[in-house]
Amino acid sequence: MLRFLLIRLAQIPIVIAVVSLIVFVFLNASGDPVQLLLPVEASQEDIAQMREALGLDRPLLIRYWEFLVNAVRGDFGMSLRARRPAIDIVLEALPATLELAGAALLIATAISLPLGIMAAVRRNGFIDAAATVISVLGQSMPVFWLGIIMIMVFSVQLGWLPASGRGHWTALIMPAVALGWYMNALMARMTRASMLEVLGQPYIRTARAKGLPEHMVVLKHAFGNARIPIVTIWGLQAGAMLTGTVITETVFSWPGIGRASIYALQGRDYPVVLAAIAVFTVMFLIINLVVDLIYFLLDPRIRRS
Amino acid sequence: MADAGPPLLSVRDLRVQFGGAEVVRGVDFDVRQGETVGIVGESGSGKSVTALSIVQLLPYPHARHRTGSIRFAGTELVGAGPAQIRAVRGNRIGMVFQEPMSSLNPLLTIGEQIVEVLRVHRRIDRRAARARALELLELVEIPEARRRLNAYPFELSGGQAQRAMIAIALANEPDLLIADEPTTALDVTVQAQVLGLIAGLQKRFGMALLLITHDLQVVEKMAHRVCVMYDGRIVEHGPVAEVLRTPRHGYTRMLLDARPSGGPATVAKDAPIVVQARGVDVRFPIRTGLFRRVTGYLHAVRNVDLAVRRGQTVAVVGESGSGKTTLGRALLRLQPSGGQIVFGGRSVESLSRQAMRPLRRQMQIVFQDPIGALSPRLRVSEIVGEGLRIHRLGTPSERDRTVAQALEEVGIDPQTRHRYPHEFSGGQRQRIAIARVLVLRPSFIVMDEPTSALDRSVQAQIVDLLRDLQARHALAYLFISHDLSVVRAIADQVLVMKQGVVVEQGSAKDIFSAPRHTYTRALFKAAFDLEAARSGGPASSEAGSAPGPATAPNTPTPVGRP
Repeated sequence: MLRFLLIRLAQIPIVIAVVSLIVFVFLNASGDPVQLLLPVEASQEDIAQMREALGLDRPLLIRYWEFLVNAVRGDFGMSLRARRPAIDIVLEALPATLELAGAALLIATAISLPLGIMAAVRRNGFIDAAATVISVLGQSMPVFWLGIIMIMVFSVQLGWLPASGRGHWTALIMPAVALGWYMNALMARMTRASMLEVLGQPYIRTARAKGLPEHMVVLKHAFGNARIPIVTIWGLQAGAMLTGTVITETVFSWPGIGRASIYALQGRDYPVVLAAIAVFTVMFLIINLVVDLIYFLLDPRIRRS
Repeated sequence: MADAGPPLLSVRDLRVQFGGAEVVRGVDFDVRQGETVGIVGESGSGKSVTALSIVQLLPYPHARHRTGSIRFAGTELVGAGPAQIRAVRGNRIGMVFQEPMSSLNPLLTIGEQIVEVLRVHRRIDRRAARARALELLELVEIPEARRRLNAYPFELSGGQAQRAMIAIALANEPDLLIADEPTTALDVTVQAQVLGLIAGLQKRFGMALLLITHDLQVVEKMAHRVCVMYDGRIVEHGPVAEVLRTPRHGYTRMLLDARPSGGPATVAKDAPIVVQARGVDVRFPIRTGLFRRVTGYLHAVRNVDLAVRRGQTVAVVGESGSGKTTLGRALLRLQPSGGQIVFGGRSVESLSRQAMRPLRRQMQIVFQDPIGALSPRLRVSEIVGEGLRIHRLGTPSERDRTVAQALEEVGIDPQTRHRYPHEFSGGQRQRIAIARVLVLRPSFIVMDEPTSALDRSVQAQIVDLLRDLQARHALAYLFISHDLSVVRAIADQVLVMKQGVVVEQGSAKDIFSAPRHTYTRALFKAAFDLEAARSGGPASSEAGSAPGPATAPNTPTPVGRP
């Protein structure tokens, strides 16, 4: 247990370093920020001066190393546009993203698990058919398209929900549904498949032979085992959801990190992009750590080996 | 014997069909209070389906009873409501299944799995239930019962897991225990102990026992009456002694004759040695701690010497974990090992994988599980011909001819070679696995429990086939098995292994007639005489002193109800 945790914690800085290097190199290959910052008629001296002021005239690796050293201290430099610390811009947007992703995660989990369980228990029944339809719809509709359709129907046509922004709780509904839609579909399918497999195991027959009521057979014995592979998918999807926020936040003008990083990318505002990616990476690693801990809690074979 | 009064369980004209196929076709039998009834048959005879019908555990509505009545203590169970049937399951009828490991929930402690069956049927609190669970674990003679209460199934051995299953089944002191192949998956010595335990507990609780098995020996030792099932029907029934002594039905006679018979082929004293091993030693590192340092070794095979001659069978006998399979894998260089291995006059223990490859053709292996050993996505012709293709032997049409010949030789119709493995029975699949090996014309074959997954009558046929092939091609076999009756029928030399060490080694004739080592004697006793149950577990209770059929139901229950 301790060994496992230590290994996982030791991996975090390595992952961050590798991720940031890749991003740093790619960003620098994508174009010169000075060109965007200065007016077209700027002279060569102006450009050179600007580069020097921003430190862009030094070699790439040196800039990366400095970036890394500062990043460890939470300093990602000043935003090239806002002239404020980049990390501030990202951290200000963090609560909005956490709120959105949390709501989406909640919706997806709360719908998919019962749906998948019931679909497996009543195999080929009505709920199973409904679950299949939901799964197919969820996996075949891209987030941006679903978001636009929802805005058209619920905001433009019906006028029930606000189309964008953050503030009133109703504004959270559509982005959260759009963001959780795919995960819900995938989890429902996985839950159904995992439950069907477990329901065929000999120990389920034992549970029935003991005279246990059906809800104990299904929830305690079957779901207790089926949830282990589901946790894997849950963790992967929760991580993927972070990247999903980029699109969802843009569609719904949700003031989170996703939208902030898109703006920063368009403006070649590297410090903000790097700070956003660093925050995403840390969150991703935290989710993975949590998933591993959940394994420990759920599976004695891992806990005691 | 409680002959008077209505039977406890009465099954009449029971039919079961799955979809359109009828697998139980009108079965009638009774079980009286305190009595043991055995149902004997081979896989597919409908015996397990019959057992599961009693507590209505079949996959309804896919499974259907077209006709039939199952009366238990005056209550009709066929079509009983969910609440009614739940009140019987785990309470008045307990069940024990074949695979103890997969029959226990891997994520719950043994204690919890006993506690829940108590609490579902009785109004007792958790503490009382735990106390009772501990009593039950002591009753089934699990060592260190208190600690085992908090153990998970994967921390138990197979025998201990089966004891835990029995504790669950007996938790509510049922009137009837249904045991479906309760010892088939266990080692012989453990088998004898578990059967002894069941017999002892049965007597102690005065419960009836319905014993489903393919093993006539088990029935002979345990049951008062036996029903022989074949193709969904009971073809013969009566008192055990009578049925076994004077079987009337052809199938029963076949079952009785099906014990492998005959002896091994004689081997010329000067036959050339095919494989010789000196000081074969296998250790698996045990890693612990933060940096997974090797802190010790599991010594799986210790310093084994053996030689297999042309046309000779050397059997390796032992229980699970004894290292016999590891030894076989080491001889084939599938497992790194210390010591020297000479194959065909050439030292092979230090050869690289590449250098080994041409030799692989001559050293082959047949596995225990003919289902897992054949790829379900390949046709039989592809499976059997694969080795020829890999070793680039012959043209495609020559290979096809070779495959057909090999199949014919093992008794499979070559016309069926374009089918898939699932279209064949277990015995036929094992024949296909043998054909796959045979096409390469090997000189040495490791047979790793080749008959263990098969029915008795099929076992005998496979043993005949192996002897036949050996005589025809002068094959050298290393025959790994825990089944001594099979070993007696095929082996010329025997190695008895225990915990990686060869405890006895010599000619089969000598070892079978006068085993010297105590472990060998215990093994033989367990295998050939279930009476060994008595000397098995620690103090198998005074009632367990005669693990034969219980003579009279004991009314008082020694375990106090909480």
